Amino acid sequence: MKGVRALALVAVLLSWAVVTYGNARLEVVNPVLLPTPTDVAKVFADSVRDGTLVRHILTSLVRVAEGFGIAAVLAVGLGLLAAMCGPLRLMLEPVIEFVRPIPPLAFLPMFLVWFGLGEASKVAFIAYTTFFPMFVGIAASVLRVDVMLLRAAASLGAQRVDLIRRVVLPAAFPGIIVALRVGFGLALFVIVGAEFMGADAGLGHLIMEGRTFFNPAQIVMGALVLGLLGSLVNALLVAAERRALRWRTAQSA
Amino acid sequence: MKIRVQGVARSFRVEGREAPALLPIDLDVAAREVICLLGPSGCGKSTLLNIVAGFLQPTAGRVLVDDAPVTGPGADRGVVFQEYVLFPWLTVQGNVEFGLVLKGLAAGERRDIARRYLELVGLGPHAEKYPVQLSGGMKQRVAIARALANSPSIILMDEPFGALDAQTREVLQEELSRIQRVEHKTILFVTHSIREAVYLADRVVVLTKAPGRIKDVFAIKLPEVRDRFATEFTRYESEITRVVKEEVAQVHQ
Repeated sequence: MKGVRALALVAVLLSWAVVTYGNARLEVVNPVLLPTPTDVAKVFADSVRDGTLVRHILTSLVRVAEGFGIAAVLAVGLGLLAAMCGPLRLMLEPVIEFVRPIPPLAFLPMFLVWFGLGEASKVAFIAYTTFFPMFVGIAASVLRVDVMLLRAAASLGAQRVDLIRRVVLPAAFPGIIVALRVGFGLALFVIVGAEFMGADAGLGHLIMEGRTFFNPAQIVMGALVLGLLGSLVNALLVAAERRALRWRTAQSA
Repeated sequence: MKIRVQGVARSFRVEGREAPALLPIDLDVAAREVICLLGPSGCGKSTLLNIVAGFLQPTAGRVLVDDAPVTGPGADRGVVFQEYVLFPWLTVQGNVEFGLVLKGLAAGERRDIARRYLELVGLGPHAEKYPVQLSGGMKQRVAIARALANSPSIILMDEPFGALDAQTREVLQEELSRIQRVEHKTILFVTHSIREAVYLADRVVVLTKAPGRIKDVFAIKLPEVRDRFATEFTRYESEITRVVKEEVAQVHQ
């Protein structure tokens, strides 16, 4: 299985190389429009050398971390509250069902109007975008907690606070982790859009700069870096999830 | 009296109408007594147990434990469920320590108590395993150890061996009988197995078909250590079978 996956990746890279190097030789279209792996590697090496790439990556990651962090804290807190308080849930449900189908990017200009071109607008936008799916996922996983677990704990003497801390949170934990992972993925997704509009740094800005200065190799490089960053973060989160959820996969000895 | 069930009745709302599940029940249980509740499926025996546990409120009457009315679940009444209901994210040891953590006992003390009860149910070597790694019979032993370790004076058991195969079931009945000779709890035990009831009970309370009320009470005057093949044992068995059959026959009419 591992072999097949690696092979598929190699095939994609190989096709890219064949098409772009072929085009560079035959000049079917202007070679600048189809950057070769060499072009991209060169842009990459240059931006690593002068330190701009690291600066762009860090800028984006800090925005993602802040926006996602705020949204995660709110989503866990409100998700717990909504799941355990029926009337609140009834009130929130229609609001969320109304807001959720609106593509988050539709509100991006609003955030720029409210928070200006600085960091605040990006952080707030990411928090706004990631909050709803995380909130819905977390509330759902808290609602799914087996009432029998609560009964078992109560008959062992658990009071309300114990029930939340020692039963609801650990029982909902797998669902909460998945919701956070989805939220983080989404944050990496929308930061690019936010940085397209009025940012002076960040990977989205780097890509937009590639367009402004007609440097397609830089666009491809930015996209590849984002892809790598996304898979890296995802792999880290999956590993953390596995570790935290050993009890689900423990094998009979 | 340890437990006094006074005129306890319960109805449930079904399709907008109040449907009685349990007609008024009066039952006094002495300390250290083992009572088996027997009756056809759906007769309300689990409902009665859930009311004594404090999971359900009666629609009429009340339950007194040590002369104080029951208002909710509490550590004085340990519960063992048919489906075990272990905390899957905790090890066997962690499950047995759950109630002790709530009581604020020190780690060393908790470990000693948990070990003692795990030895009592024959699970000493499995303390570090997670529930997912255990068979049904082992899970139920953990659940029994978890209830006992919390040192309640009453143990409520809701068809605890109902999901187990016949052999495991008999082994666990024998273990429970052995444990009771050491621990001297007041036990309310719901079952639909007449053999199980005669094997374990000081008194067998037979309920009618739904809505349940007490049809008959049998005091089992057999030695503490019982022999399932003794003439006296089988005599009780057939006597109770006759009474239960009348009810089951009516269910099927």
